[in-house]
Amino acid sequence: MSDTPDTTQTPVPNARPLSAMPDEHGRFGEFGGVYVPETLVSALRELSEIYAQVQQDRQFWDRLSGLLRSYVGRPTSLFKAEGLTRQARENAPSRERGATIWLKREDLAHTGAHKINNTMGQGLLTRKMGKRRIIAETGAGQHGVASATAAAALGLECDVYMGSEDVRRQHLNVVRMKMLGARVIPVDSGSRTLKDATNEAMRDWMGSVEHTHYILGSVVGPHPFPMIVRDFQSIIGRETKAQCLRLLGALPSAVVACVGGGSNAAGIFSAFVDDEEVKLFGVEAGGRSGKPGDHAAPLTLGAPGVLHGSRSYVLQDDAGQTSPVHSVSAGLDYPGVGPEHAHWKDVHRVTYSSVTDEQALDAFLLCARAEGIIPALETAHALSDGLRIASEMDRDEHLVICLSGRGDKDVEEVDRLIGDKIEPLRARRPRQRTRDKKKKQATGGENGSSPRTDEHHPPSDPGRADQGQSDAQ
Amino acid sequence: MGRIDDIFALARDENRKLLMPFVCAGSPIPGSLGALLGAMERAGAGIVEVGIPFSDPIADGPAIASAMHAALESGCSPAGVFDEVAAARQGLSIGIVAMVSVSIVSAMGGPQAFCQRAHEAGFDGLIIPDCPLEESAALIDAARAHGLSLSLLVSPSTPPERAREIASASTGFVYMLARSGITGERDQAPEIGPRVRELRESTDRPIACGFGIATAEHVRAVVEHADAAIVGSALVRRWRDAHEQGADAVEVGERFVRELASGLHAGAGA
Ligand SMILES: Cc1ncc(COP(=O)(O)O)c(C=O)c1O
Repeated sequence: MSDTPDTTQTPVPNARPLSAMPDEHGRFGEFGGVYVPETLVSALRELSEIYAQVQQDRQFWDRLSGLLRSYVGRPTSLFKAEGLTRQARENAPSRERGATIWLKREDLAHTGAHKINNTMGQGLLTRKMGKRRIIAETGAGQHGVASATAAAALGLECDVYMGSEDVRRQHLNVVRMKMLGARVIPVDSGSRTLKDATNEAMRDWMGSVEHTHYILGSVVGPHPFPMIVRDFQSIIGRETKAQCLRLLGALPSAVVACVGGGSNAAGIFSAFVDDEEVKLFGVEAGGRSGKPGDHAAPLTLGAPGVLHGSRSYVLQDDAGQTSPVHSVSAGLDYPGVGPEHAHWKDVHRVTYSSVTDEQALDAFLLCARAEGIIPALETAHALSDGLRIASEMDRDEHLVICLSGRGDKDVEEVDRLIGDKIEPLRARRPRQRTRDKKKKQATGGENGSSPRTDEHHPPSDPGRADQGQSDAQ
Repeated sequence: MGRIDDIFALARDENRKLLMPFVCAGSPIPGSLGALLGAMERAGAGIVEVGIPFSDPIADGPAIASAMHAALESGCSPAGVFDEVAAARQGLSIGIVAMVSVSIVSAMGGPQAFCQRAHEAGFDGLIIPDCPLEESAALIDAARAHGLSLSLLVSPSTPPERAREIASASTGFVYMLARSGITGERDQAPEIGPRVRELRESTDRPIACGFGIATAEHVRAVVEHADAAIVGSALVRRWRDAHEQGADAVEVGERFVRELASGLHAGAGA
């Protein structure tokens, strides 16, 4: 796990509040911009103009919130995670440590991830522009499914580019897209993952801009995409803030999210960036190791550069060639990251770190067993680091983890990787009165060794029953 | 005036049009760039566009993208391309412009450092296809400081007012995209007459036109209006095919460039 050296999180003085980014050139500090072939410039201008127009358009936002409520199922709940909290307290160095963990349940949104917030918004923009076809890139397939869904719901044609390696490891989502009426186009060039799918989608768009809108799936790419995708995802943060104020009477002490391109993180962080007392943590894919090609952690291990239309932190060699990346999670397997995250890193507003494949797999199983929620492998990265951070925080503090998606799409791949090591959860023993400080394993079931059954304590905190977790008594 | 300006000025004086073949460095054979440049000069090229291979060339279709990937796999790097150009420069009188991604320029120390190295290697100009006008200020300064031309691109979707701004920010020549979309061969000659006429009303910069130009016939149609025709994918494909079939790629390429150049003469004075 490699933290950025700076943990002070004191934002440097800045003329423009963080929530008022980007500037009129699409810049977040020195990051962002529009590095695209001339052919796309007018399409991006048109998109900026339409987006500026709809800012004043009550009907547009009413239509979107109506769809988010009745079709997507928003607001998603903020759930007090007793099992994960207990684990954080077991791992804590002292009795005074171990914050309460809350999960923002984006897995409960229609199609099972936060991606739908963006595709419904951009789908409506597509209609507004009078275009009839959308294209999308996808890694985990969640953005592809969300795009195919928006297309079906809004009467648009939809083609999804997906690396052929991802077609293999996210098979379930490929089938879903097909059922929803989209065409999945496997991409065989380069690393056959998300970066290459993005290249192919951009190439398509260069020849089809007149009637096609490209729904980028994360806060990456040329301006105005990082802004538009963040804005459509900011519903996550606004809901979370209101829910915290209602349930806790206060803001949370910390918010944690996984960072692939960074859309779920930008969505939840955006409501809190101006609240200095809320610490923000972004978690990247540490993969197998910190060696080039073994991870997908541009913010923690990369350097500033240009990729896919904007300037941000990237993984590339010193001649500008994009480095190969690896992550167990297809949705994080990307050598770039949104430019706003690059800015938040440089002004020390957000702390970025990474967790390994193995840690993510541990957290995946832990969440399934402690909470009865199978998370996406992407999300499992946030869960792993969220647990670590919570265990170091004070006991009376509250930490929110963005549960960006459900893990149905990942169960086959996880089974393939560690299935033979997974043992059934044994019957729960009554709580032991003395805390056993030696049992400090981060998770239930260490990869590679025989997993021990964790202690599963019955409810201990007063007032928890109303949170709806059913723990066997 | 730089070499690119001189070449266009002379061609204008002599009422000639130019052929600008594109070569992907490191393809089809590593180390063959010098030989390919020589062959193109012999075959009648006026300026050669040298593509510096990039891992993610989003403006390129399959022919050029796969040539770039193959070149990278065989170890081609920007530093290696500079060395090859430096070694070949002395014996050549054609103009040589680099076609390079802004990602590479940025990673190699930024506009000033990159332009200095390109100039020292013997490049006469630059084309940065993924860097539009808005992001070009530092590059324009750096190119000027190091005596390189910088050709910005104009697309069919570029509004006339913006096309004028692009033309006036360009040096050497303006690169007019014959079509929207990515590089690749097409059957039809592009219809560029009205766009060229419109742009000429506001600029006297030479206009070079490319994307999808694949035959001597296309070249003829293009130079009827523009000052130069750029041919990329059709040539890259021939080199690759020749190499794969064990033929002499340099010679096959030379013959094809000669054939393309025949499109210049028949169109002259028309
Ligand atoms: C559930 C889930 N979480 C997170 C991500 C990563 O994307 P982002 O960083 O844009 O939220 C993905 C991407 O596919 C995803 O499916």
